[in-house]
Amino acid sequence: MATTEEIRADLAEIVNEVAGVDADDVEMDKSFVDDLDVDSLSMVEVVVAAEEKFGVTIPDDEVKNLKTVGDAVAYIERAQG
Amino acid sequence: MTRIGAVTGGPHAAILGLGAYRPSRIVPNADVIEAINSSDEWIQQRSGIKQRRWATPEETVQMMSVAASRQALERAGLEAAQVDCVLVATVSHLLQTPAVATAIAHELGTDQAAAFDISAACAGFCHGVALAADMVRAGSARHVLVIGVERLTDITDLADRGTAFIFADGAGAMVVGPSDEPGIGPVVWGSDGEQFDLIRQREDWRDVVGTEDSPGSGVMPHLVMQGNPVFRWASFQMAKVAQQALDRAGVSIDDLDLFVPHQANMRIIDAMARSMKLPPHVRIARDIAEQGNTSAASIPLALDRMYAEGDARSGDTALLVAFGAGLAYAAQVVTVP
Repeated sequence: MATTEEIRADLAEIVNEVAGVDADDVEMDKSFVDDLDVDSLSMVEVVVAAEEKFGVTIPDDEVKNLKTVGDAVAYIERAQG
Repeated sequence: MTRIGAVTGGPHAAILGLGAYRPSRIVPNADVIEAINSSDEWIQQRSGIKQRRWATPEETVQMMSVAASRQALERAGLEAAQVDCVLVATVSHLLQTPAVATAIAHELGTDQAAAFDISAACAGFCHGVALAADMVRAGSARHVLVIGVERLTDITDLADRGTAFIFADGAGAMVVGPSDEPGIGPVVWGSDGEQFDLIRQREDWRDVVGTEDSPGSGVMPHLVMQGNPVFRWASFQMAKVAQQALDRAGVSIDDLDLFVPHQANMRIIDAMARSMKLPPHVRIARDIAEQGNTSAASIPLALDRMYAEGDARSGDTALLVAFGAGLAYAAQVVTVP
């Protein structure tokens, strides 16, 4: 089972690849939209890449609830069970 | 039992000529932002569109189609009378019947060519290329003219933030005919009617007209689209379909010269290219920046720009992938004429 920090680090790599954000800036309390400048289309790309990477499903309805990096990490942890 | 005679066509089919018609009105973002309370920056960031082409009243579906077709025929070195079938992919010919293809075939001067329209929205042009290649190989036609044409501005709500800045007008055409070598690869196509509502005409014409008891809206049933789910489907599912078209044609991604996806949105084009891991030498069509999204017309228009700007050369191997309302999709590998 991946640790919370491992999930955050892998997610940071995805955000870097999709949106060009420095992976070190992808911290738990950062907002995707307000702090990292990841817009809704980039967020769709991040979610699809995360689904593949972590073997989880993140439905469209859920995406809007993932406001911060911490929200996304927590969702992935729960979904991985 | 009486034996029915059969015919066969040539062993292979190829694209013999390409034509395009871009409407005369150039509409920059500055001219569409007021109605949707937006900005040039937002539109470019969201779609990569800087300007689009909109048709004037004189630039009808038929007029644009004939212009693009004449260029395609000339480049193919063919006369209209040598065309046996005219296929028109469109969703914006607003006279429901007869098919606009018949009027186009007549105006071009074909000898009563078979002519009909294809309703597969933004995927229509690649459906047409697939049908044309099969007709040529099967012997039901020798030369087929495939046209993609739209006047989407007629069915776009210019106050809708989700679509007003995207949709545009134009026409493209290709002549498909017999060849010594395969110039059109196997089609990979399909539909996902479960997502019928993602992109659609807002309401049925009967609801526009209404009844005596229940008056209709009386308003043009514009196109409506759910942007984010469409983005997700197009960027990732269509990248897989594009790869399947390469696999079925036996073409390695390393041997590909051009990637010509439906010009839906620059963000989808970029996401597809990333998802497919396109090598850097593959030149990617980006006509949408100057032309907007012209649905069925976008692929021939995009290839025509690559041709004009020296990015596409005769003999290049191009991957076409088209997708849209339905959801319908089609992809094939072709040789540039």
